[in-house]
Amino acid sequence: MSERHLNIKSLVMYYRTLRGEVKAVDDVSFSLPKGETIAVIGESGCGKSSLAKSIIRLLPRNVSVYKGAVLFNGLNLMDLDEETFTKEIRWTKITYVPQAALNSLNPIIKIGDQMIEPLLLHQKMSKGEALERAAKTLKAVGVNEAFLHHYPFELSGGMKQRVIIAMSLLTNPELMILDEPTSSLDVLTQANIMNLLKNIKRELKISMIFITHDVSLSSELADKVAVMYAGQVVEFSDAETFYKNPLHPYSQKLMESVPTLRTDKKLGFISGSPPSLLDPPKGCRFADRCPFIFEKCIKDPPIMHLNEGFYAKCWLYEKE
Amino acid sequence: MSSPLLHVENLKEYFEIRRGLFGKRGYVKAVDGVSLTLAGREAISIVGESGCGKTTLGKTILRLYEPTDGKIIFRGKDITHLGWKELKWYRRETGLVQQDPFGALPPFMTVKRILEEPLIIHGIKDRKEREERIYKALEGVKLTPIEDFINKYPHMLSGGQQQRLVIARSIILEPKMIVADEPVSMLDASVRIEILKLLQDLQTRYDLSVMYITHDLSTTRYFSERIYIMYAAHIVESAETKELLVNPLHPYTRALLNVIPDPDPSNRFLIKEVPTGEPPNLINPPTGCRFNPRCPNFMKGICDAKEPSLIEASKGHYVKCWLYG
Amino acid sequence: MSTFKQTLRQLLIYKSALIGLIIIIILVGISIYAILAIPYDEATKLWRAGEKYWLESPRNALPSWINIFSSKKMPETIVLDTKKPKPGVSKAIIPVAEKFSNIKVEFSFNYEYDDFPSEINIFFESNHTASVPKLTVYWVKPDGEEIILANLLISKDDRYYISNDEKLARELKNIISKKINKTIDYEAPITLLLFAQEDAGILSPDTVKVMKGNYKLWIDGIIFETNVNLDAKLVVYGKVYGWAGTDHLRRDLGIALLWGAPIALSFGVTASVSIALIQMFIGAVSAWFRGITDNIVQRITEIFMVIPFLPILIMISTFYKFNIWVLLVVVIALTIFGGGVKNYRAMFLQIKEFPYVEASRAYGASNLRIVLYYLIPKVLPTIIPSMVLSVADFVFLEAALAILGLGDPLTPTWGKIIDDAYSNGALYKGLYYWVLEPSVMLAAASLSFAMLGFALDKIFNPKLKEI
Repeated sequence: MSERHLNIKSLVMYYRTLRGEVKAVDDVSFSLPKGETIAVIGESGCGKSSLAKSIIRLLPRNVSVYKGAVLFNGLNLMDLDEETFTKEIRWTKITYVPQAALNSLNPIIKIGDQMIEPLLLHQKMSKGEALERAAKTLKAVGVNEAFLHHYPFELSGGMKQRVIIAMSLLTNPELMILDEPTSSLDVLTQANIMNLLKNIKRELKISMIFITHDVSLSSELADKVAVMYAGQVVEFSDAETFYKNPLHPYSQKLMESVPTLRTDKKLGFISGSPPSLLDPPKGCRFADRCPFIFEKCIKDPPIMHLNEGFYAKCWLYEKE
Repeated sequence: MSSPLLHVENLKEYFEIRRGLFGKRGYVKAVDGVSLTLAGREAISIVGESGCGKTTLGKTILRLYEPTDGKIIFRGKDITHLGWKELKWYRRETGLVQQDPFGALPPFMTVKRILEEPLIIHGIKDRKEREERIYKALEGVKLTPIEDFINKYPHMLSGGQQQRLVIARSIILEPKMIVADEPVSMLDASVRIEILKLLQDLQTRYDLSVMYITHDLSTTRYFSERIYIMYAAHIVESAETKELLVNPLHPYTRALLNVIPDPDPSNRFLIKEVPTGEPPNLINPPTGCRFNPRCPNFMKGICDAKEPSLIEASKGHYVKCWLYG
Repeated sequence: MSTFKQTLRQLLIYKSALIGLIIIIILVGISIYAILAIPYDEATKLWRAGEKYWLESPRNALPSWINIFSSKKMPETIVLDTKKPKPGVSKAIIPVAEKFSNIKVEFSFNYEYDDFPSEINIFFESNHTASVPKLTVYWVKPDGEEIILANLLISKDDRYYISNDEKLARELKNIISKKINKTIDYEAPITLLLFAQEDAGILSPDTVKVMKGNYKLWIDGIIFETNVNLDAKLVVYGKVYGWAGTDHLRRDLGIALLWGAPIALSFGVTASVSIALIQMFIGAVSAWFRGITDNIVQRITEIFMVIPFLPILIMISTFYKFNIWVLLVVVIALTIFGGGVKNYRAMFLQIKEFPYVEASRAYGASNLRIVLYYLIPKVLPTIIPSMVLSVADFVFLEAALAILGLGDPLTPTWGKIIDDAYSNGALYKGLYYWVLEPSVMLAAASLSFAMLGFALDKIFNPKLKEI
């Protein structure tokens, strides 16, 4: 599998708080071919944003454990020192759109000046060159280049999100990490942004990690799906399998709770709430909410590999 | 269904704004001529995007705002301009469930105290009776075993539990109507359905009418009998749920239905047709039909000239669009 | 209750809070002791009594613990009274003839200190009616030399200030000068002349030494009536007194230092808490009702904010001399419409938009109920730190007013001590303890509240909390 573009192996990230150690990312592995999109799905507090930050090495100050391997084009990013990583990877080859990024635009700096900052900083471009690139990128995401000279408050939410996406495209990245890119937007605006992302994916062949809590929305982009629960990826599938026949009991229940517009189905829900990441249960972390619980579930299930590198972390898939 | 529980007629809620000290006076017309009816034990949905005025509509109906114009008739009584004292009866007959469950609960009160407040306010002096009703309400929303919850503070509960507590508070006075404003949008996907089913269950158990305000069209079909689509302070379409989802008339409704995805791996290969632009601001809405700048069926000289009226396109299916009138 | 325990546990993580808390507990302990040991009425009476009451204590004496740190042993006050017989005190009245009695009083004491006493006085008390008793006072030094100090005619309630007798001073100087054949050419006080070693050292105040040993003062006299009783009391004033020393009016500073604690604490805590609560209530009402109420409150606040607080206070207290509790009320009255109202109003304007407040309206809570039960409890924990912090401010304010001469002159407070010290040139005269003691108490009190307040701030305002 040489075309594996991104390969994450046993990534672990814990951090300390006053109340104890938070096991935010606990042994996560998956891989992604070039030009494809993986959707990371999970409920709030399951560690999906921490996973994104661990990949791009934006770690909390009080991080206590950070280990595993992030292989990007065969290069282990964990081996790079901070300076090289900043210079060659972060904001250049891998870009990151954090949650609610549209609200983080500086209100008193013009859009254009905000956009070109990373270019001037990391790529040592001249200002004219950088502005030209910014104008081109803005046009590509469907924003009039005149907005380069406007302030963020003059833009609507959808426009701001487009600007943010344009910013993350400026450096011609190979991988984009998008954390809930449409969560605060209206339905129609959200659909517009999804169209834009689809176009970017199709035309620029950029790989994406798309983090969302919305199962329906994830299907708009995902080629691969990773389902996170309590700091772990419990299922890693391709889109065809996942949206039709989810494997892990959690994925199945989650899918049951998604209301659909076009097909009739009986809605279900998962009672109880996910465990705290401060002190997750020793065995399977979903066990006490799982309808299929049996004796083995008191032990932590290993990753059960199915075909083509996909897996479920569940005793039900143990091979004899 | 001789006389409905709630009848709202041509309701308007304008908020005055002034720019600067000597600036021109203007109005945010958050609700601009909305009419609707809610029968006893009926559940309706108000669907619209953020900023369309749906939340203001709910709050105005609950008389948390003083209506600018129009009429609110509840159980045959005109409550549009009642004063605080006369409204006490109405407060008892209605309940509110808000979007953010943690914010909706006073963080310094225990579960017991939170539920006791409405009872004290409405003059239930007997301590024992209050306690009985608190237990009944907690049982009703399945916050059991009750002893585990009664002395807790809101921050010790999960989001789903908090919302159930909010619902318990809204039904503790045994109201006839509940306005649920985005009751699940801040909850995790896996508990949303649980909360909505709970509301549905309470609706039949307590003979409640529910006004479910949401931006999420996909849940409405499971939980309401009638849908009102709201756009820029107007109701642009209303019909029985099934009818509306199968046969949407207004271009806005169609666009909404078109873009909301169901989980399907083939979605990723489709580029959907989406109206561009954003909803208008409510200070200076466009003339004519408010959707006209974004409408794919825009007819020049008609849609931007005069506001269409709400007409009955087929039985019980109303639409506010020049395509049908 | 459990939240209180939680807060306490979090609080004790901070060392500064622990220290602050300990100091506060000590201050509270001192206060309780002061109130129990010397009731308020008695304390103020003692403080206002003037010199009459304090006849037996020295003027401007250092605290006696000074002797622990100094190689030179400073004298303590020696009181010998014929009414309180003890070894070294004797009195005999012997009728000699009709209408004649001979009186003999003898006081003897050991003087083993390295410094001279500050004063020596004899107080007499006699119940004669017509004829005045005639007495001769003798002084016997340890080396056996006897000097006549004075011949006195005693009235009923009389005193003889030995150390103020200038004639005696001249005489003593002459006697000693003759003895050592050199003239003492500086103004040697009587206390020095009576207690000095009579050698060359006496010629300079820097080299003079105390003659240690047993001194005697005896009185020989005649009473011209029968059945007359005459009592005498010798007071040899030392240079140290009590654990705190004395002031210019011979008052024990300990009383004021002790009583300063409860007064400072109650003044600070009452002012801080009542101002915070009243301001908060006004702010909440203003924010909740908006409209005309808000307008009126805001305008009043603005007026109060531009009124200069201190000058007004000075003016009021010059016109009306009032006691500390009236001062407290005036301070509160002048501050309740202070800038705090604006801060609280801003907080409440935010809180009033919280969904839970809206919910309370939806189930019919009245305006007053919302202000008292929904708005104020939300803010209360966040203002506890600043409330604790401002206790220190008000303790200081009271002291500052006292130093400006605006305080209550009759109540023993720390500020009043500093004021007295200042107006009597304590530092110029080297009476450092007089300023130091109340200053240390003031600093300790305000420091403790500040340390506790800052730590509380870190807990209640998590933005400041370090991870």
